[in-house]
Amino acid sequence: MNRILVIAEHDGKKLNPATAKAVSCALAIGGEIDIAVFAADAAAVAGSAAKLKGVKRVLNIERAENAHQLAAALAPQIAKLAKDYTHLLAPSTTFGKDVLPRAAALLGVQQVSDIMKVVDAHTFERPMYAGNAIVTVKAPAMPCIVATVRTASWQACSEDGHAEITAAGTDAAIPQHTRFVELKADVSGRPDLQSAARVVSGGRGVGSKENFAVIYKFADKLGAAVGASRAAVDAGFVPNDLQVGQTGKIIAPELYVAVGISGAIQHLTGIKDARTIVAINKDPDAPIFQVADIGLVGDLFQILPELEQELDKL
Amino acid sequence: MKILVGIKRVVDFSVRVQVKKDGSGVNTDGVKLGINPFDEIALEEALRIRERGTQAEVVAVSIGPAEVQPQLRTALAMGADRAILVETGEVLQPLMVARVFHELVKRENADLVILGKQAIDDDSNQTGQMLAALWDRPQATFASKVELKDKTLMVTREVDAGLETIEIDLPAVITTDLRLNTPRFVKMPDIMKARSKPLQVLKLEELGVTAAPKLEVTSYAPPPQRVGGKKVEDVTALVATLRQRGIL
Ligand SMILES: Cc1cc2nc3c(=O)[nH]c(=O)nc-3n(C[C@H](O)[C@H](O)[C@H](O)COP(=O)(O)OP(=O)(O)OC[C@H]3O[C@@H](n4cnc5c(N)ncnc54)[C@H](O)[C@@H]3O)c2cc1C
Ligand SMILES: Nc1ncnc2c1ncn2[C@@H]1O[C@H](COP(=O)(O)O)[C@@H](O)[C@H]1O
Repeated sequence: MNRILVIAEHDGKKLNPATAKAVSCALAIGGEIDIAVFAADAAAVAGSAAKLKGVKRVLNIERAENAHQLAAALAPQIAKLAKDYTHLLAPSTTFGKDVLPRAAALLGVQQVSDIMKVVDAHTFERPMYAGNAIVTVKAPAMPCIVATVRTASWQACSEDGHAEITAAGTDAAIPQHTRFVELKADVSGRPDLQSAARVVSGGRGVGSKENFAVIYKFADKLGAAVGASRAAVDAGFVPNDLQVGQTGKIIAPELYVAVGISGAIQHLTGIKDARTIVAINKDPDAPIFQVADIGLVGDLFQILPELEQELDKL
Repeated sequence: MKILVGIKRVVDFSVRVQVKKDGSGVNTDGVKLGINPFDEIALEEALRIRERGTQAEVVAVSIGPAEVQPQLRTALAMGADRAILVETGEVLQPLMVARVFHELVKRENADLVILGKQAIDDDSNQTGQMLAALWDRPQATFASKVELKDKTLMVTREVDAGLETIEIDLPAVITTDLRLNTPRFVKMPDIMKARSKPLQVLKLEELGVTAAPKLEVTSYAPPPQRVGGKKVEDVTALVATLRQRGIL
């Protein structure tokens, strides 16, 4: 029988919703599912993890060194736990991408990155070339399969489970060569870009940091998260964590509104799984219109205020 | 100090890659190839460390067929001191690439390895992390700022939550994010100069690296196509369509 260990992603207080998506992938593989919570104090996170559907046990690995989720600290502990499992999974977020390959290398395993679909317990679909090719890969079963889960391809599992929570430990030595200094996090109070049902993104066409206020205002009206193209981030209009695309966040909202974004391959990779794409652009030939379900040609500074008025009428 | 930089040749970022009809791979015939964009950034960062006054030798490393030599020559023209080609006809997966780099790190006694965060062909995002594990040294992935202070590095990382700063001891591995720097353009005289810089060719078999386990790629398929392209006349029509679709 498959025994699957999912590494929980969290910030020390809350379980990140990406974890529930990795559990959905584990359910598709099938077998007994455990979740590992590495933390200084795991209680709150473990409580949420225990509710995820189909999870048998939540393992709390509590050590002071686990407070900041550093890959160098976590990977040796993960590698030790792995010997009891056939599969090791983490979400394909910056956390999972950082820590899991390090654990895979310690285990001598070639990792599968970004599982989109489970064909069978050893065979998976994953994207390459910015999503322009979907490859089917078969991973050797021994010693175990290590994989990250492309969060945009999976729905979060339900939260009706009752897993047992147990303390676990490893005697792994933790290196001192890597030290956490600080995290400058965005505290906008807006919905989280990666899990929001609606996202409004602005591109270079928005023109400036000040102008981005129109994007924020419109997003707030829709109850949407705010995203951006790389050009907008590079130009300093918005912080880096808003970047959507091949090298930013890959998202799958119900509604994606691209405003003043041309639709480069690298941007489209990040929004392919959105249910409905709306594009607002003054250039009728912008490539974004080829993928948009609903396109509107025009000046964003005129259209957005009009749209807000229309929404107010509803 | 010695800095190794990864230079992978990939299909140019502007090419919309097509899957072959028989699903055996992607079409690369006549397609523009170049240095992985993240690797240009890696090299640029190494050069800047040297230019800021640290005594450093910058070595560009590529693993691939003999045909990647032009990319190594470009790296030399940008300013790398020398280049190493580990020649193989096989396409290596990240764990094997990391093993090769680990062997080179030992041979070269490297202090710092700068790789891209991901190769834009396989999009694996693994090699740097794997090398750091095998080498038992720190990793600073997705770097957007690097400050060298004696024997330590302060690295700012682009993470989902924002910007994280970590301090790591050398030797170490860094992987680059796009905003770390803007790579310089190569000038004509530098291309001439690069011709006489050393480019060492090692056969993969000579390195004595144990073959790593691999994923077997069984087929390639094009992604499902989105059928977009519909346009509406005005804002009223846009809202109406969104309502029809049950979104508003
Ligand atoms: C390795 C690599 C990785 C990359 N990763 C990413 C990534 O993850 N995400 C990403 O987004 N990009 C990424 N890029 C960059 C990408 O190639 C494009 O350069 C970028 O997406 C362009 O951003 P943009 O659409 O905002 O800007 P532009 O292409 O400049 O488009 C601006 C658009 O705004 C429109 N516009 C201007 N004014 C108005 C107005 N008043 N009203 C309405 N419309 C207006 C214009 O018609 C134009 O279409 C990457 C590139 C590389 C090489
Ligand atoms: N064949 C190769 N030759 C040189 N460097 C490589 C090679 N493969 C991967 N790398 C380095 O590893 C980085 C990450 O690649 P990947 O893990 O495949 O996404 C790249 O940006 C390169 O710096």
